[in-house]
Amino acid sequence: MDRLKPRVKIPESAKPDEVMEIRTMISHPMETGYRRNTRGEIIPRHIIDRFTCEYAGQMVFEAKLGPGIAANPYLSFYVKAVSTGPMTLTWHDDRGESQQVVKQVNVEL
Amino acid sequence: MAEPTQVKDPISGFDYLSAPNQKLQRDEFANPGYFRVDSGKTLFNDASQGNACGDCHDAATMKDVTLKYPRHDAEADRLVNLSQQINECRVERQNREALEPESEEMLSLTAYLGNLSRGRTIDVTVTEETRPFFEQGREFYYRRRGQLNLSCAHCHEQSAGKRLRGEVISEGHSNGYPAYRHIWEALGSLHRMFQWCNEAVRAQPFDKGSEEYINLEYYLKWRGNGLTVETPAVRR
Repeated sequence: MDRLKPRVKIPESAKPDEVMEIRTMISHPMETGYRRNTRGEIIPRHIIDRFTCEYAGQMVFEAKLGPGIAANPYLSFYVKAVSTGPMTLTWHDDRGESQQVVKQVNVEL
Repeated sequence: MAEPTQVKDPISGFDYLSAPNQKLQRDEFANPGYFRVDSGKTLFNDASQGNACGDCHDAATMKDVTLKYPRHDAEADRLVNLSQQINECRVERQNREALEPESEEMLSLTAYLGNLSRGRTIDVTVTEETRPFFEQGREFYYRRRGQLNLSCAHCHEQSAGKRLRGEVISEGHSNGYPAYRHIWEALGSLHRMFQWCNEAVRAQPFDKGSEEYINLEYYLKWRGNGLTVETPAVRR
């Protein structure tokens, strides 16, 4: 996988029950496997096929991605702040590689 | 040739973008050029191979560095662009290997430094020393080339704003480079864009970092006087 760090925006702190916007973007070619190079050979498929977000001990968001998604997939979603703890974002690609970002979320009472 | 006239109120490539692309460029999170800006910042402060760039240079004082390049190198009597300056620093002061012009590291560093100047106004003054290179750059700009026999000016000066198939021709300013181009799905240097343009008129492109391109880079920068730096820009 590309060694560029994924870009992630998570609020550092939130109030209980506040709805947080999570923005993520990862640098990835998202090669469909349908394209050919100048010599007519198929460029092997290489896509991120799964994204997960774990927070407060459970999976709060999961996405399955297909070859129709453009390069550098951008995902944003909303999560309700319930407890202080790490939020773990993981991107899995179809070559069995993955990239992970862990950020601490502080929920102030 | 007569004294060149400055483009009045130059129009940035930004103004030729569709609304969603303008939004993407402005969004400092979703703009994909920021991947390189981020990694450039890391590289700038990377001391794992000896002294880091950041050990000598304070990034806070470098906000107008990109505006000063290409600059005149009195010793060699030629123009030096930012990539070459970075390599000079690496070889002479950091004891590292020079980077290829389009390498990931070079794009990251130039994108990071360019981004420091984001919003600053380009104001190039041609001096006695830089005049010959400026003239060469201008000569390149107006010289017909390639199988299509077109100069830069035929499209970007005479026909800016007109349509070329599905696209609107821009004035071809350099204020957004290194820029993220959708057709490349990557950030690319200004010289990569020159090569792309040269190939588009079916001419043999010059090498990145060649004297021809650096003089052209200098001329183009002057031509865009008054525009603000947009690095990393988003372009079609």
